Order: sequence, then C-alpha cells, then structure tokens
Amino acid sequence: MNLRKYFKVYTKFLHTSFASELEYQTNIIIDLITAILSLIGSIFLLSIFFQDNGIIGGWEFEQALIIQGIYTILNGVTNTWFNPNLTEIVKHIREGTLDFVLLKPIDSQFFISLKKINPSGFLEIMLGIFLLLYCININEINLNLRFLTLCLFTIICSICILYSLWFFISTTTIWFVKTWNATEVLRSFLYIGRFPLDSFSLSLKIFFSIFIPIAFITTIPSEVFLGLYQLWKILLEASVAIIFLFTSRKFWLFALKFYSSASS
Amino acid sequence: MNSNFIKRKLFPLLKVQYSNMLEYRVEIALWAISGVIPFFMLNIWTNNNLNEAINISNIMLSRYFLCAFFVRQFSVVWVVFSFEEDSLMGKVSPYLIQPIHPFFRYFAQHLAEQITRFPFALIIAVIFFIFNPESLWIPDLVVLLLSAISTFLSFLIQFLIQSIVACLCFWTEKASSIERLLFIPTLFLSGLLAPVISFPAYVKSWIYLTPFPYLIDFPANLLSGNSTNVNRGFIMQILWILLLFPIFKKLWCAGTKKFTAMGS
Repeated sequence: MNLRKYFKVYTKFLHTSFASELEYQTNIIIDLITAILSLIGSIFLLSIFFQDNGIIGGWEFEQALIIQGIYTILNGVTNTWFNPNLTEIVKHIREGTLDFVLLKPIDSQFFISLKKINPSGFLEIMLGIFLLLYCININEINLNLRFLTLCLFTIICSICILYSLWFFISTTTIWFVKTWNATEVLRSFLYIGRFPLDSFSLSLKIFFSIFIPIAFITTIPSEVFLGLYQLWKILLEASVAIIFLFTSRKFWLFALKFYSSASS
Repeated sequence: MNSNFIKRKLFPLLKVQYSNMLEYRVEIALWAISGVIPFFMLNIWTNNNLNEAINISNIMLSRYFLCAFFVRQFSVVWVVFSFEEDSLMGKVSPYLIQPIHPFFRYFAQHLAEQITRFPFALIIAVIFFIFNPESLWIPDLVVLLLSAISTFLSFLIQFLIQSIVACLCFWTEKASSIERLLFIPTLFLSGLLAPVISFPAYVKSWIYLTPFPYLIDFPANLLSGNSTNVNRGFIMQILWILLLFPIFKKLWCAGTKKFTAMGS
C-alpha cells in the first residue's frame, strides 16, 4: 500500500467535496443550528432526569454532560464522514455504479469510505469539544499529557468501532439491496449512547455491551475523562476496535465475492 | 371533495401505494424497529425510579411509553424527502399535469405505509407485553376510537408542517435540512422521550400553546389512560390544522407559479 499516493488522493477528495458542499452555504448554517438545538434538547432531557435525583446510574449531572460532549463529537464524526459516504454504498449498488469503483486502481473500501465529506459535521465536533472543555472546567479535571493521550486514544478507538458498525451494515446492501433504513436502526440504537450505560437495567446493559457496543463507544472515554478508568477496560476497548476493524474489512472483501454487477 | 372523487381517485391511489409498500415489507419492519427509542427511555425512567417525582406508577408509565411508540409509528411523515427528490429529479412536472393534487399521492403513500406497518408495530407490542406482562391492559372502545382520531390528527398536523417545508423546494434545493431542524423540537418536546408532565414549570407554561404536545403526548396519554385534558387536546389539534392548511395552500400556489420545469 502506497501511503503517499493515498494521501494525495485523499486531499483531492477533500478538495472536490468541500467545493461542492460549499455551494449550499445556508444549508451549513441550518445544520449548525440543528446541531446546537439538538445538544440543547438532550441537555434539557438530561436535566429532566436529574431534576429530583442527584445521581443517576452512579453519574452526577456534571459528569453526565461529559457523555453528551463525547456523543456530540462522535455524532459529528458520523455526520462528517460516515453518513455521506456509507449511505452512498446503497446508491452505488442499486444503480450499478459500484463497478466503476471496483475498476479504479485504488482500494475500494478506501474510496467508498472517504470520498465525500460534509463540513457541517465539523461544527458539531467543535461544539462537542467546547462542551468537553466546559466539563473539564466544572469537574475540575487537571490536564496533563498522560490524560490527553489516553482521551485521544479512547476516542479514536470509539471512532474505529463506530466506523466498523456503519461499514458492516452498509456492506450488507450487497445482499439486501435496500439497507438504507438498517443504518437508521443503528442510528436510533446509538442514540442511547447519550446516556450513562449504568442507568439502564442489566439486560439492556448486556445487550448494549455485546451486540451494539455502545458501552465501549461513549462510556469508556467518559470514564477516562473523569479519571475513573481501569487499564483493562482501555485495553479491552482497543482490542474490540481492532477486531471490529479487521472483521469489517474481511466482511467487505467477502461480500464483494457476491457482488454481481448490474444487469449480469 | 365528493364521494366520486374518493371512489375514483383516492381509493385506487391508496391501493396502488399499498401494493407498492407491501413489496418492501422488510424495509418497513426496519423502520418500525428504528422507533423503539421510547422503550429505552422507559428503561431509564423505571430503572432509576424517576417516575416517583411525577406521581406516575411504573405500570402507567410503561403504558404511556408503549402508546407513545404506537402514536409515533402512525404519525411518521417523510413527505419533504420524497418531494425534494421528486423535484430535483424533475418528476414533479408530470404530477402537476395530472387532474389530482400531487400531495394526494404522498398522502396515500403515507396511509398505505401505516397500514403495512401496523402488523409489525403489533408484533413489537406483543414482545413488549411478554417482557412486561403486568402492564397489559385493554382500553375500551371509545378510548380506542378517540385516540385513533387524535393520532390521525397528529399525523395531519405533521403532514401539513412537512408539506409547508416541502413547498420551499420550489425556492431552495435542500428543503430537507429545514425539516431536520424542525425535527429537533418535535423529538424533545412532543413527549416521545419524556412525558410532557415531567417537564419543568418554565417549559410547561408555554408548551401547551405549541403544536408539539399534541403530536405524541396527548394521543399517548389518551390511549394509555393517563390523565389529560381531552377537550383542550382536540381543540388545539383542530386549531393547528386550521391554521396550517391555508399557509400550505398559499405557499403551494406561490410555489407552482414560480416553478419552472426541468430544462426550461
């Protein structure tokens, strides 16, 4: 794999998709307002939960805000990269344009996953970072290099898991053709990543740790933020991320064997 | 609107759309599954005993969220997304020549989808009762009828709001981002994630004037047997429909005047 070539191709991708997205400038502003409102809405919901209880599932309100911040960042990443690209797979397969992707002298997964970008997601990521900075302030967390690297590391692992989940479901399009709404199911399940996992009952906790690893996606990074982390959890998250990435890659290559192009 | 119109145009349209929807059963089942968020919310509420503060027993709350799920299932609207695609693809021009208002087509599509969705929603309800047998209840016929009417009115309100947004497609290419913006208050204020009764007083003072609590909270309370102001609910629903309909009509007239067919 020639890294420099891929890097060069990626900058071209960025350039073209930025150019096309910036055509719709008011759209970006509306998306920003949407992101801000949805953050306000979920903080409002959280405040309803906390209005008579000081602690929910072992989390205080100020601590639960960290989960919101991390969720917002991850949602921003989803909106920037995963959503515009991976919903495109469905279109590629229905219209038979996946042939053109496969014929290109470049890795198909790379092309399909990174071709497009949606700049309004950046604003959401910024919003999440601001919220996290505010949380660091109110929770009196002292910053140091070790803390920052661990945070960054766990968030990157979360992004990898999230990407694999999205990519995995989008890949099933090769058999089912219309899985556009399967991603919608994933989206609605991921929604509960906004809340501390400990606030759910045991059966749901198990479900969301094993089948849809939301526990790994938002809860572990939040624990790292609070300094409550245990090393084995971080290692577990890293290995889950690696397993997910590896399987999604293998699954894509496996699925491609079943792809018979349009009209054949 | 005479009976001839219904018999000759609306009914065949409904039949065509129904067979169309039956074709994509799995897709609709997935849509139904993606609406399970109320059950996760219920889990947070009961697992942390949050309902004690608002004086609703566990059983009544679980009925409320089940009904919220049902009402949501039968008031999902996506007319903006269909209309946006049709207008971008130039499909609106042929619809405009037909001797029926194009929105009847979308209206029939939604009704047909609801009929297709009904069995899946029932299955999910049965699964819910298997896990929570104590919350099983049978509402009497009058309540069932009234709540079906109020759910339909809620659907009409949302259909009108989205149609108004859809009319903006005549002026802008991406009206769906406005819909995504409007969806945020609908999500948080309609009672889908938390019953309106639990909202803090500063929100409750004005929320009953907006259309939001009548979208899910009112029909769900009615159906589940929780206390609600029936007269006010129906009056507000009808008032909002009467208010929104002329706006839609005006915008549609202005929009079709502005509309230029593809390639002209």
